[in-house]
Amino acid sequence: MIDIKNLTIEKAHEAMKKGEFTSRELTLAYLEIIKNKNLEIHAYLEIFEDALSQADEADKKFKNGTATILTGIPTGIKDNILFKGHIVSAGSKILKNYKASYSAPVVKILLEQGAVILGRTNMDEFAMGSSTEYSAFGPTKNPHDITRVPGGTSGGSAAALAANMALSTIGTETCGSVREPAAFCGVVGLKPTYGALSRHGIIAMGNSLDQVSPFGKCVRDAEILFNCLSKHDSEDATSIPEELRTKIKTENTKKKENKIGVPWHLFKDDLNPVIMENFKQSIEKLKKAGYEIVDIELPHAKYSLAVYYIIMPAEVSTNLSRFDGIRYGYHSDGKDLLEVYKKSRAKGFGAEARRRILLGTYVLSHGYYDAYYNKAIKVRENIKQEMQEAFKEVDFVVTPTAPFLPFKLGEKLDDPVSMYLCDLFNAPANLAGVPSIAIPSGFTSEGLPFSIQFTAPHFREDSLFEVGKKFEEIK
Amino acid sequence: MEIRDVEKLAELARIDLTEEEKQGLLKDFDSILAYVDAIKSVKVDETKGGESLYNSWREDEPAVRDFSLDIITEQFPDAKDGFLKVKKIL
Repeated sequence: MIDIKNLTIEKAHEAMKKGEFTSRELTLAYLEIIKNKNLEIHAYLEIFEDALSQADEADKKFKNGTATILTGIPTGIKDNILFKGHIVSAGSKILKNYKASYSAPVVKILLEQGAVILGRTNMDEFAMGSSTEYSAFGPTKNPHDITRVPGGTSGGSAAALAANMALSTIGTETCGSVREPAAFCGVVGLKPTYGALSRHGIIAMGNSLDQVSPFGKCVRDAEILFNCLSKHDSEDATSIPEELRTKIKTENTKKKENKIGVPWHLFKDDLNPVIMENFKQSIEKLKKAGYEIVDIELPHAKYSLAVYYIIMPAEVSTNLSRFDGIRYGYHSDGKDLLEVYKKSRAKGFGAEARRRILLGTYVLSHGYYDAYYNKAIKVRENIKQEMQEAFKEVDFVVTPTAPFLPFKLGEKLDDPVSMYLCDLFNAPANLAGVPSIAIPSGFTSEGLPFSIQFTAPHFREDSLFEVGKKFEEIK
Repeated sequence: MEIRDVEKLAELARIDLTEEEKQGLLKDFDSILAYVDAIKSVKVDETKGGESLYNSWREDEPAVRDFSLDIITEQFPDAKDGFLKVKKIL
């Protein structure tokens, strides 16, 4: 019997290397859990038929000595990441039966390493939402309390990991879509530096923000995935070349790094008192562990979410114009081409996708462009500069990961702005392109997870892993 | 914003909407725009451009790309002789 509950990537790797169990046995153990739990949790939209044959390939790698750390690791990928020959629907009816014609480079890396891609995980339609309730295929439930949401948009990946339905999972972030579900499901979620992981083969939402982001049962697992997947890709014009990464990293490295900045002004007045209490306790623990805690001001950060809800819909309205029922995806017939477009898009897109397409069309339209979009990109630049200035003084910016605890299914469905506010503390890192990690920081008396978020300068994921592992020891 | 503005946006975005959907969107937009309007009060340097972006080029060389033509063509909603078939434009 494999001790799945306490398994980590390294433990599984060592065990398979020693022959304590095979990749096939490990994969079968996860498939059994999925069979028992997925009906209730609904973390996966599909389990791939070739999972076991991938496991057999992994076992060959162990036999012939070419196994790497990810070989044979049962992994779930979010439903917006292309895996050649497999359905990828972005949680949308418009792509319900869409089959990927190539694999995303991040998937290619996983396959080269011999990871076992178990299936595709549920998500909010086109990665728009904060609860996975906007999936066209029904919501995912939070494994800690199935009457509550798992967060979103990568809620399927977070829930799969938390419910031991995978040993590692991948999601994507545009604004909090990995950190917020990581917080709600009690796992680790890393949003890497923008440009670190290839966006090629990821169904785009907001191109200037999207980033493939790993989850982990612990910080070390997220670190392993990040280190394997963070590579320059010539197919992605926003992927950062290796030499530039090294340069940026060196510039952003100091001799001594133990100063934590807390922007209390962003949340001291109206944060849920239970979350505030947990956050203060975490800060005290960090102080005792030798970190210096200072109060910092980020005057523009409070506009982050407003800026995000202008820039992102603008990019969404452009990206989603390609789904027109002509070349692939949902097709509704009409008397002429225009009617085909309008009917296919009306029936193919869900409510939130339509809302954001129209909002994006509005902020980019004549007469509103300057007041909204143009202004937003300037404020975004201020947010970015302010963050870079802050990192001259401190090594980490720390806040709670989410302003809410996991809420009840349906609670925020009728109020889009209230749903948007879930990502309040996540937005600055996405707009500034800096890496940020969500780490579990305990449980409420009802057993719901708390989470703390550390943010670092560009390409300093290594410092996030270091402080993250330290925090795991002291929490 | 008024209902005709929603209709105009839907026309531009090529999405059919029912009357009920239009009303719902109008209500949502009022609350979303009220929230994002906060940025109007931010003072920014109007003489500066927006993002500090630059182009990243790669050499224009022929390369093999891994994709499946079969998977692409088998997903055409309508096809003739292996070509995508669309309704006439004019």
